[in-house]
Amino acid sequence: MRDTLFEGFTHGPLTELPPAPDEAGLAELARSVNRAARARLGRSLSIRHVDAGSCNGCELELHALSNAFYDLERFGLRFVASPRHADVLTVSGPVTKNMRVALLRTYSAMPDPKWVVAIGTCAADGGLFAGSYAVEGGVKDVLPVDLHIQGCPPSPTAILKGLIALLEHVT
Amino acid sequence: MALLDTIKHHNKAKQHRPWPRAIANDDGWQQAIDHLSAGRCTLLGLWGDAPLVHMALMAEDFGDIAVLSYVCKDHKYPSVAVRHPPAIRLERAIYDLFGLEAVKSPDNRSWLDLGFWNIRHPLGKRSPARKVKAYEFLPAEGEGLHQIAVGPVHAGIIEPGHFHFTANGEHVVRLEQRLGFVHKGIESLITGATLKDAAKLAARTSGDSTVAYAFAFAQAAEAALQVKVPARAVYLRALMAEIERLANHFGDIGAICNDASFALMHAQTGILRERTLRAAEACFGHRLMMDVIVPGGVVRDMTPDGAAHVQTLLTEIRRVFPRLVNLYDNTASLQDRTVTTGIVRPDYARQFGAGGYVGRASGRAFDARRSPGYAPYGDLTFEVPVLDAGDVNARVWIRIREVEQSLALIDQILSRLPDGKFRVVTEAKRKPCEGLGLTEAFRGDVLVWLRLDEGGRIERCHLRDASWFQWPLLETAVENNIVADFPLCNKSFNCSYSGHDL
Repeated sequence: MRDTLFEGFTHGPLTELPPAPDEAGLAELARSVNRAARARLGRSLSIRHVDAGSCNGCELELHALSNAFYDLERFGLRFVASPRHADVLTVSGPVTKNMRVALLRTYSAMPDPKWVVAIGTCAADGGLFAGSYAVEGGVKDVLPVDLHIQGCPPSPTAILKGLIALLEHVT
Repeated sequence: MALLDTIKHHNKAKQHRPWPRAIANDDGWQQAIDHLSAGRCTLLGLWGDAPLVHMALMAEDFGDIAVLSYVCKDHKYPSVAVRHPPAIRLERAIYDLFGLEAVKSPDNRSWLDLGFWNIRHPLGKRSPARKVKAYEFLPAEGEGLHQIAVGPVHAGIIEPGHFHFTANGEHVVRLEQRLGFVHKGIESLITGATLKDAAKLAARTSGDSTVAYAFAFAQAAEAALQVKVPARAVYLRALMAEIERLANHFGDIGAICNDASFALMHAQTGILRERTLRAAEACFGHRLMMDVIVPGGVVRDMTPDGAAHVQTLLTEIRRVFPRLVNLYDNTASLQDRTVTTGIVRPDYARQFGAGGYVGRASGRAFDARRSPGYAPYGDLTFEVPVLDAGDVNARVWIRIREVEQSLALIDQILSRLPDGKFRVVTEAKRKPCEGLGLTEAFRGDVLVWLRLDEGGRIERCHLRDASWFQWPLLETAVENNIVADFPLCNKSFNCSYSGHDL
């Protein structure tokens, strides 16, 4: 353990410079975020994630946000376990009929003000799974969505750009 | 003797490859169940194809495979699960999707249909939905028992599913899983799709195993259409499969340690995982290598400097990983959590035909790359690590050994990578044809079975994740462990929800 810890001190950090906020995301957000909320939150947002039917690809890239290269928490963004502690709900996957109720309950357990970010192509409109008897569609068909981050799955950088855009607008 | 010769059958399907498929009457069907319950062969899959039900069997030495089909009478077939419990959930799923009923089934509760669809039996009779009864969990009786309900939404960034614990104080008496929340209807969407569209759906069955699924789907389609894939494509597929295995094993080893609150390992393996995904992107243009493998080969060649990226990655892994293995091995507080926790009994692993590290940590030496085997692994040298302890620790060690094997495999693949074409055109056969593919994903074997029509479209395609036979074993492994060790046990299995729910 000593060697591993020691190398951490002697090597420079792996963490990379933050990407610029996503332009399209900024435009989408300009319509939805109010000023009162900005004052209240400071530069910090707590995120609760719900997989509403994804193939797990988006979850892998959301996990990657916490590794040393992206270090999500340096932006004041962190994933929390309870919706009661969350400002932002990220949702991946086409919303399956079997997950619709669980998603709605998670959303309603969050205190206001709150924002919803749809992660990935499936979350935008159901993607390849649109039209199935088991699928509701995109997240916007179930909840009001403030920001869409596209990709199959979106890379950690793409997710980070979107979340930074959200942070810029909210705080 | 071929597996099918030991079972009474007739009407062998002429266009089923590479292994045979035949129709069985009641006698043959019961004979197959005899083999299963006596442990003379393993259940590889059981799926509907109304009016048929197919059962894929694998011989005891893993060398031979056969598919047996039963023609349902009045939407009924004799239950396999009544004498071979691993088939229980498969039969429940067949009923939900097709309305085909297993006669004398020991469990006729719904499995994938949670009562939210607008129709019943979407792949069969398609009747209007009816009001569903509340789900009855299995009982657990005794003094001082209490219940803990968890999910479908879990605390972390993971897939949704419901766990119903009955506990006495800290000790789990019974765990019962309730899955199906991420059921997307993949097998319905894939029906009637072109090969190109179907390959994309297959690749999204479970995102962490997208390469393994695309690989198995391509194998099945190529077997059906009798397409010979160029040698370069075969080696590139294996390269991607091993990179995918590395990335997932790094993620898992770190996540298991993290669930024992040892965050240092998680941080370190997280770095290796990220480097692996970046190498994958540099080689194949996508971090998870989605949609690169297609029937006929691969859609694009490795980038010119791809091999150099992989070499750099291997060097870095070989520099860092041995130190992390020592770190795992020498941290007593971590071993205290993983050793003797969540034991899977070897006889259960064998009975359920558990694939991947779940089986191999409990003495079942099955690896689809070795046997029945597929190209190019027959030309490559590698070991299949097997342990007997069956605990969380054993499942970690299997992953560690497999990382080492994958590194050696990638060396061999790069040194032998043939030049030339990497894709051929696949043409429809102008008559229906069927194929079966079996690949080894990081968590176990992936089975894909399909039938193509005259025009080369999918008439029926079934995708079976290794998780189907691993999830039930997690229920057994958790018994008598403390509730706080459940995340550790669960992560050491890392079963797929999406791959199971479809």
